[in-house]
Amino acid sequence: MTRKQKRLAVIGGGVAFIMAAVFLVMFAFGQSVSFFYVPGDLAKANVQPGTRIRLGGLVATGSVVRGQGSTVTFSVTDTTGTLVPVTYTGILPDLFREGQGVVAEGVFGADGKLFTADTVLAKHDEKYMPKDVADRLKQQGEWRGEEARTP
Amino acid sequence: MIVELGHFALVISLVVSLLVSVVPVYGVMKRDAALMALAPIGTLVVFGLVAIAFAVLTHAHFTSDFSVMNVWQNSHSLVPAIYKISGVWGNHEGSMMLWLLILTLFSAMVAAFSSNLPVRLRTLVLAVQGWIAAAFSLFIVLTSNPFIRLDPAPVEGQDLNPVLQDVGLAIHPPLLYLGYVGFSVCFSFAVAALIEGRIDAAWARWVRPWALGAWAFLTLGIAMGSYWAYYELGWGGWWFWDPVENASFMPWLAGTALLHSALVMEKRDALKIWTILLSILTFSLSLLGTFLVRSGVLTSVHAFASDPTRGIFILVLLLLFIGGALSLFAFRAGTLRAGGLFAPISREGALVLNNLILTVATASVLIGTLYPMLMETLTGEKISVGAPFFNLSFGLLMVPLLIVLPFGPLLAWKRADLAGASQRLFVAVLAALAVALAMYYAENGGPVMAILGLAAGFWIVFGALADLWGRAGFRRVATDQAFRRLFGLPRSAFGTALAHLGFGVTVIGIVAVSAFATETVTETKPGGVIDAGGYQLRFDGMKDAKGPNYTESRAHFTISRGGATVGDVWSSKRIYVARQMPTTEAGILTFGLSQLYVSLGDPTPDGGIVVRIWWKPTILCIWLGAVIMAVGGFVSLSDRRLRVGAPRRAANRGALAPGLEAAE
Repeated sequence: MTRKQKRLAVIGGGVAFIMAAVFLVMFAFGQSVSFFYVPGDLAKANVQPGTRIRLGGLVATGSVVRGQGSTVTFSVTDTTGTLVPVTYTGILPDLFREGQGVVAEGVFGADGKLFTADTVLAKHDEKYMPKDVADRLKQQGEWRGEEARTP
Repeated sequence: MIVELGHFALVISLVVSLLVSVVPVYGVMKRDAALMALAPIGTLVVFGLVAIAFAVLTHAHFTSDFSVMNVWQNSHSLVPAIYKISGVWGNHEGSMMLWLLILTLFSAMVAAFSSNLPVRLRTLVLAVQGWIAAAFSLFIVLTSNPFIRLDPAPVEGQDLNPVLQDVGLAIHPPLLYLGYVGFSVCFSFAVAALIEGRIDAAWARWVRPWALGAWAFLTLGIAMGSYWAYYELGWGGWWFWDPVENASFMPWLAGTALLHSALVMEKRDALKIWTILLSILTFSLSLLGTFLVRSGVLTSVHAFASDPTRGIFILVLLLLFIGGALSLFAFRAGTLRAGGLFAPISREGALVLNNLILTVATASVLIGTLYPMLMETLTGEKISVGAPFFNLSFGLLMVPLLIVLPFGPLLAWKRADLAGASQRLFVAVLAALAVALAMYYAENGGPVMAILGLAAGFWIVFGALADLWGRAGFRRVATDQAFRRLFGLPRSAFGTALAHLGFGVTVIGIVAVSAFATETVTETKPGGVIDAGGYQLRFDGMKDAKGPNYTESRAHFTISRGGATVGDVWSSKRIYVARQMPTTEAGILTFGLSQLYVSLGDPTPDGGIVVRIWWKPTILCIWLGAVIMAVGGFVSLSDRRLRVGAPRRAANRGALAPGLEAAE
């Protein structure tokens, strides 16, 4: 190979690698990006069963049912009053409480009603609410401001 | 009074930083030695002042002076002494102070240990460090002042966030900042070189120790943070691809690339423009990380700040420094003399490949981290890019790196013999496959892909050993002579081998945990026995206990295997009194490199409790590998050739006749 051909080969290899990486990144995006919804969005969002989403809102008061081994069911709601039943097997975060903000990640079952979560995130500490939830509740005028940290 | 002293010191440091940023540069333009001499003195003064301010803040935290708002918000009189001190950087204002302290510490080190640098370059480097210090001091003074007083002083503080009350957190931020702020020196060198319009191999020799030190600390910092998240958050995960983790991981990836490209520049006077660009990009990613974490644009376990003025301020700094440096680069890069040529199969070629893979991987992490924010800003659509994205894209991008890595150190500079290197590595491949298969069968199966993953890890470990073996000349010369040669090898050779070996160990840990970890979630009552990961755990019951600033209910488990008791572990749920905040303290029992991780869930109505148990085989390899990598970095740093201040002779020669360097 001449010097020029060598250089072309090297540059070509580099470009090919970068192209492959770009395709890989695009493919990975398609596979694993999940959208965020609050219960009020679901009616018009038309989420297919089996599509991975993040469901955010408040844990409906009185909806938490434990005592089926490590499976817990509860409902997620927002100001529209829509209730979405959620089932989750595992250990809930320390700060999971009724009436508090929560984000559940998972999929809707075949009937499109029951949401099976594989991950549940709760408010991280007393000052913090999952940001997606807080934003939406603000939009809905339902934000009970916790931001003020006045002494 | 003491607090006002600290406040005062901080403000003066800002003024002196501004002075250092401007006057010596004027001196460089006017070739005025007296003005240029201001730079090192001013830099040391700034460091002294910032150290005073930091000490004052630490004092206020240590003595629980609740008249200081920062102390009141983030401390409590009952917090143990060590967490009173680590509480200094467990909040936004304090962590920015730590950032500034470490930045000025690095500037002071440059001022103190670089008397062998050409005076103009040194002055410019210190001035650029001064710009950064001035910008961040201004940020602290205007938006994040830790010295604000409260009147009247509250009687009791609001407590430090309980998850931060941990030894891991005491060490993690300082290590992390030593790493990613350390790259500021490389950035300053790059900008100074661009202003000067002249770079040569000697430049790489000056920059490389700083990059190496910063990289080693960053490695330790990331590993520490990962281990902290693993045992403190109680989820049993060790890496979440959380934006805050990515924020420290991206500079690490870019910094790793920088270390390797600076090597090419130092030895072969090639890749100069690229190395300069990488120096700028690495610190830019550090700045971006600071922005992501400190502006409150993210929601994550680490983000404590949520104040838009701060976000905008840092964003402006970010644009100013990154934009400024990149514009300067675009403007001046063309005037720099390009370096030498080399064959694709050569040490340089391998290092270029390393750089290609690492930068593309960095880009994929960057895209995954920023994409959700970009989407939300542009379309209002909220999406999340989670671990599956990164595992797929970053994971696959690492595959070629894993395969080619052991070849790199075995290839000669300029033109190498790939067949020869393959021959020498043949044994390493076979050994790696054999060990991987043995480990796979010992773990009683799992995904078949795990064999390849483990083999890749062992391949890197054995490849690193093969490199040392080959350099010492075992089998080619008499054994005693080979041992003499082994111990006579330069430290940098050991550093390289250790860093690569550590990387392999980390890969082994990651693959083994991903493939063989088991998780058991179950409900149990006192006296009940749970089978998990080949061990039997007997739940002996709950017990209430009281700590200095929390109450806890602790569960005791006796662990046995094959009928014999092998240990016991406490796992607990704590309530921190001041914030009424519950936390889970996992019980962790270590067997060799593997761990049994017991986390408590909610009590059930009939007196039982939900327990989650993970068996994490060889998980400690993940962090052990990182520690080995960092040790490799420090060993290499202790090499005579790189010792800060030592290579005076070489430096002068480099400055006088850059052409000679390439021939070395």
